[in-house]
Amino acid sequence: MPEQEQKRIQKKGGSGAEGAEDAGQVTSSPKAAELKDEMDEILDEIDSVLEENAEEFVKSYVQKGGQ
Amino acid sequence: MAIPKVMGTETEYGIAAAGQPDFNPVLSSSMLISSYAGSLRKIRWDYEDESPMRDARGFEPQPGREMSDEDLGLANVILPNGARYYVDHAHPEYSTPECLSPRDLVVHDKAGERILERSLDVLSLDMPAAPRLSVYKNNSDGKGNSYGTHENYLMDRATPFADIVRDLTPFFVTRQIFTGAGKVGFEGNWDDRATRGYQLTARADFFETEVGLETTLKRPIINTRDEPHADPEKYRRLHVIVGDANKCEVAQFLKMGSTAIVLKMIEDGFLPDFSLVSPVAAIHEVSRDLDLQASLELADGRRMSAWQIQAEYLELARKYVDREDDTAENREVIARWESVLAGLEGDPMTLAAQLDWVAKLRVLEGYRERDQLAWGDPKLRAIDLQYHDVRRDKGLYERLAAAGKVERLTTDAEVELAIMEPPVDTRAFFRGRCISRYPDAIAAASWDSVIMDTGRDTLQRIPMREPLKGTREHVEELIDACRSAGELIDRLQG
Repeated sequence: MPEQEQKRIQKKGGSGAEGAEDAGQVTSSPKAAELKDEMDEILDEIDSVLEENAEEFVKSYVQKGGQ
Repeated sequence: MAIPKVMGTETEYGIAAAGQPDFNPVLSSSMLISSYAGSLRKIRWDYEDESPMRDARGFEPQPGREMSDEDLGLANVILPNGARYYVDHAHPEYSTPECLSPRDLVVHDKAGERILERSLDVLSLDMPAAPRLSVYKNNSDGKGNSYGTHENYLMDRATPFADIVRDLTPFFVTRQIFTGAGKVGFEGNWDDRATRGYQLTARADFFETEVGLETTLKRPIINTRDEPHADPEKYRRLHVIVGDANKCEVAQFLKMGSTAIVLKMIEDGFLPDFSLVSPVAAIHEVSRDLDLQASLELADGRRMSAWQIQAEYLELARKYVDREDDTAENREVIARWESVLAGLEGDPMTLAAQLDWVAKLRVLEGYRERDQLAWGDPKLRAIDLQYHDVRRDKGLYERLAAAGKVERLTTDAEVELAIMEPPVDTRAFFRGRCISRYPDAIAAASWDSVIMDTGRDTLQRIPMREPLKGTREHVEELIDACRSAGELIDRLQG
């Protein structure tokens, strides 16, 4: 059994978590535009397959007698 | 010394009929499975060693058996890949064959999704007049009804159950930050401080106690069902009911892989005590904490976030793997665990290709912004539900995958193969091969037996109490050499 490790990884700037630094940065505008384009593309795709009557679709989905 | 973590999942799928809310889900599930199974239907499930009411804490089975689905004549089949496909309660359920690695498990879990999708196709061809069904790999209907995705792990009987409860509970409470499939809305009677109308997991709302035998009411974080489906002197099967159904392969791989390593650490007494003061309250709180900042109180007085507790488990797991269990696959689990925690620490939205709760949330936020939708809008609930549709042309996860927006760990070819082929390194190989090679001679089968009818006076029962015997290495040559089941029995007995 290893010793109890009381020291704790700091929530920001911890050394063990590579890659996190970039992720937290504010995105520059070309990157933001790219992300928005990507999101538009995703939403268009989903629009094309989404059930038309959302309210009825959700309301009629009832699962009784499960685990 | 920890034992190999043979693992499997059991997934109850949601089922619905278009425009017919009063359809019969039990019958529909049975029709779906029967259509897929075709001639395999006549092979029975062997219930001899089943004891779902036996309790790991030492309780005796309760007298008075309830009518089982088998009694009602509902579909219950064993497939050539070693899986079980049957009606459980009011759902089609797919239990993967036993796998020895989390990656194999992901492949077989995905094969299950494809089998459900194929079943829909076969049923609509077989019975064009039947209601048009749809099937969802999710865990709740959004109206307070939940159904399970269970994980199973082989454990050493010698490990005290109390150790499992102590060391696994904090892990289960906190692993939600990467295992959660995400859910719009709240279904429990828990304190509703959530502000964003969304939570990390579908299942957390339904957990009310710390430890217990129940799976359908008063659900416990640690389930005590003691039904090893293997030599009961040596093994226990840990039956985990606290997870979500994952669609993202990375989330599924990490869920199974990290849990398997933690269980090995428990068997080897490698973990310090992370006991939480209030695990049930904590599981709800973590699920509702999209910022991953909630501070949980430990029994020793410390306060840590779910992320910090996971980071502790990760560091210990890294040491454990280095010292005791240095395999390529474990290293992959550790690397993935590390990169996912790093992503969660920075900006969780960077994990939209890896984690279900993030993938789903990204889509929901996209709609909210574009269409100015409030969290209560039915369209958001529809997106939540349709994310889990197994059909590749309808399921939103499937559309994201087709567009390359989620990270795959498997190939379509591997998944296709796993629809018919069992894993090669567990007893599932023997079960599956017997089904495909001697389908007419198999009278029944179960996780730990195959019963053959070779035309003799008595049926021949082949026990399989060792999950790691009956592998390809052990039996492929033998099965290839035996043209009939009778020959196989003679060789096994000879």
